[in-house]
Amino acid sequence: MKRRIVLATLAAPAMLRAQGTSGPIKIGLMAPLTGVAASGGREIVEGFQMYFETINGRIGGRAVEVTVEDDASNPDTALQKARRLVEQGNVHFLFGNLLANTGLAVANYVRGTGTPYFIPVIAADDLTQRSRLPNVVRVAGYSASQFSRPLADWAYKQGFRRIATISQDYTFGHEQCGGFAQKFTSLGGRVLQQFWHPLNTSDFSPYMGQLANAGVDAIFAMETGADATRLIQAYASFGLKGRIPLMGAMNASDQSVIRTMGAEAEGIVSAAHFAEGSTNAITQAFVADYDRRFQKLPSLYGFSHFSGAMWVAEALKTIGADAENRERLLAAVRATTLTGSPLGAPVSLDAYGNPVYDAFIRRVVRRPDGKLWNAPIETYPRVDQFWGFEPEAYMRQPAYSRAFQGPR
Amino acid sequence: MLGFQLLNGLTFAALLFVVASGFTLVFGLLRIVNLAHGALYLLGGYVAYEVGGRSGSFAAGVVAAMVAVALAGLALDRGLLRFVKGQDLRQVLLTVGVGLVLNDLFLVIWGGDAFTVPTPEALQGAAVVMGVFYPKYRLFVLLAGVAIFVLLWLVMNRTRYGALIRAGVDDAEMLSATGVDQGRLFVITFMLGSALAGLGGAMGGAFLSLYPGADAEILVFSLAVVIIGGRGSLEGAAIGALLIGLLNTFGQVWFPELSYFVVFGPMALLLAFRPYGLFGRAA
Repeated sequence: MKRRIVLATLAAPAMLRAQGTSGPIKIGLMAPLTGVAASGGREIVEGFQMYFETINGRIGGRAVEVTVEDDASNPDTALQKARRLVEQGNVHFLFGNLLANTGLAVANYVRGTGTPYFIPVIAADDLTQRSRLPNVVRVAGYSASQFSRPLADWAYKQGFRRIATISQDYTFGHEQCGGFAQKFTSLGGRVLQQFWHPLNTSDFSPYMGQLANAGVDAIFAMETGADATRLIQAYASFGLKGRIPLMGAMNASDQSVIRTMGAEAEGIVSAAHFAEGSTNAITQAFVADYDRRFQKLPSLYGFSHFSGAMWVAEALKTIGADAENRERLLAAVRATTLTGSPLGAPVSLDAYGNPVYDAFIRRVVRRPDGKLWNAPIETYPRVDQFWGFEPEAYMRQPAYSRAFQGPR
Repeated sequence: MLGFQLLNGLTFAALLFVVASGFTLVFGLLRIVNLAHGALYLLGGYVAYEVGGRSGSFAAGVVAAMVAVALAGLALDRGLLRFVKGQDLRQVLLTVGVGLVLNDLFLVIWGGDAFTVPTPEALQGAAVVMGVFYPKYRLFVLLAGVAIFVLLWLVMNRTRYGALIRAGVDDAEMLSATGVDQGRLFVITFMLGSALAGLGGAMGGAFLSLYPGADAEILVFSLAVVIIGGRGSLEGAAIGALLIGLLNTFGQVWFPELSYFVVFGPMALLLAFRPYGLFGRAA
C-alpha cells in the first residue's frame, strides 16, 4: 500500500505520437511499470510499441496515438488510470494490464462505459466464460486452463499415470491446475497430491522432499516470476531433475524466467500458443527483430501484445479505421482471422471472445548461441478454451478453485 | 524425511541469522529500526551477482558485496540518518523511503527478472548426508552461518569493541559518560550491520534468487527473528533464526495452507508473554 503513494507520482505517462495532423486513433495502454509485475509490464509496452513501429504508426491512413499508463500492479490504480484514459484522454479503446486483479477492475469499469477493452495477457477463465462481457476481448491471449488440457493429454500419452501438482495458491494457479487435473483424470490418470503454496515462497526445499517421495511419474508446476526460478533451481539442486520429469504451465518456462537461467531449466515441457523456438519463418523473423531491439528473446508479455495490437489493427483496416464506432470495431475484431502473426498458424475467436489456437507442446532447449528457448515438439490443432467439453455444460460446473479441480 | 526437513530448516535459519544479526546490532546499539536492511540485502546480492559473474569467483563476489554494502551503509548513516538522530518515527520513515528508492533503482538497473548469484563448481550438485541427497550449497550456507555466529560471538565477548557495543546496548548514556567516542562506534557498527546484510544477500542470492521485492520478504523474516530474539542480542538472533527457520519449514510441510500463520502466530504469542523477546531487556 505504502508503495503506491510514492510510485504513482513517479509514473509519468509515456507518449508515443505518430506523425499525422487530424484525428488520430487513440489507444490507452495500461501496464504495470512499477510494483511486483514491473518486469512483465515493461515487456508489454515493448511488444505493443514495436508493432506500431513496424507499421510506421499508421492504420488505414490514420495516425495512431498510444498513451501508456502505469497500473502499478494495483487494481485501484488500474481503475483510476482506466478512468483517466477514457474520460479525459478520450481513447477509442483500452489495451493491456497484466495481473488478473487489475484486469478485473478495468473490466468492471468498462462494463458501464462500453469501451472496448482488449486483454492479451489477463487469463482469468471467467472473463470469456461465465461472466463474459461483449466489449472485453482476449485478442492473442488465452484463458488460464486452456493449454493445460492438451498438456495433460500429452502427459498421458507419454505413459504418465500418477501426477503431483505444485502451484501458487491463487485463482490463476487453481485454474491452470484445474484444467490439467480434470483432463488428466478424465483420461484415466490420477492426481495423487496437489501442493498450494503462497505467492513469493522464499524457500522451496520443504516441497522437494515431499515431491520426491510422492511416488509420481511426473510433476506439473504452475509458477510465475521468481517463484518459477526458485522452484526450477530447487528441483535441480535437490536431485529431482533426471528422476521425475517436470512439466510447467507456460509461465514457468517463459522467457521472463529462463533467460537468466542455465542447465537447470533445460528439458522442462510446457504448452502454449507461442514457441519462440518454432521454425516458422514469421515467428523467427519476429524473435530476431525483438532480440535486436531489446537484447532479449520475447516473453509471453511481449509477443502477446505485439500480436494483440496486430489483431486489432487488421480489424480496423477492414472497417476503414473507423475506431470511433465501437460496435463496428468489436464486430470486426471478432470476425478477423489473424494471419501472418508471430503466433504461427491463423487464429480466430470463438463465440465467447477467446482465441482458438494450434497449441504447441514445447521443450526448453539450448540454442547454438547458448541461450535457452522453448522449441515445439508437438502440435495440437484447434484448441479452444473448452477443448473436449461442451461449452454450456462446461460452464455449468463451478469455476476451478482449490476445492474444485474437476469432478472426482 | 524428518532429517531432511530438519536440514531444510537449519540451512534457511543460517541465512536468516546472517541477515538478522546485522539488523539486531544496529537496532540494539543505535536504536534504529533500519527498514532499508532488506534493500541492503538485495544490493549485496546484485553486487555479488555482477562481480561474481564477471570475475568468475564466488569469493570475490562475496567480498565485493560486503564492501559495497558497508559503504552504502556509511552513506546512509552519515548522509541521511545523522539528521534525524534520536527521532524514532522519522528514522523509521526515512529508512522505509530509502528502501523503496533503492528497490526502484534496482528495477531500473537490473530489470525485474530473477537473477541467481553464480556458485563455484565445488558447491554445485548434491551430497549424501544422513542417507539423503542434499544440495552442497545449502550445507555450505549452514556451515557459513555457524562460522559467522562464532566469529561475531568472539568479537562481541572477547574484544574491546564488543564490550563497548554491549555496554552501549545496555546503557548508552553511561557509556558516553565514560568518554568513549560514540560517534565512531556507531558508524563502525552501522557499517558492520550493513556488511552482514550484504553478505546475506550474496549467500541468499545464490539459492533464493534476486528480484525487486525479495528485500521485503527477507526483511519480514529478519524482523520476526529480532523481535523473538530480543533487541541487540546475538544469541537471541541465533535462537530466533532457528525458531523461524524451523517453523517456516515444518509449517510448509504440516500445515501448507497456514504456512505464514505458523511462522508469525507463535511470534505474536511470545510477545504477549515476553514483550522484549527471549533475550531482550527494557531500554
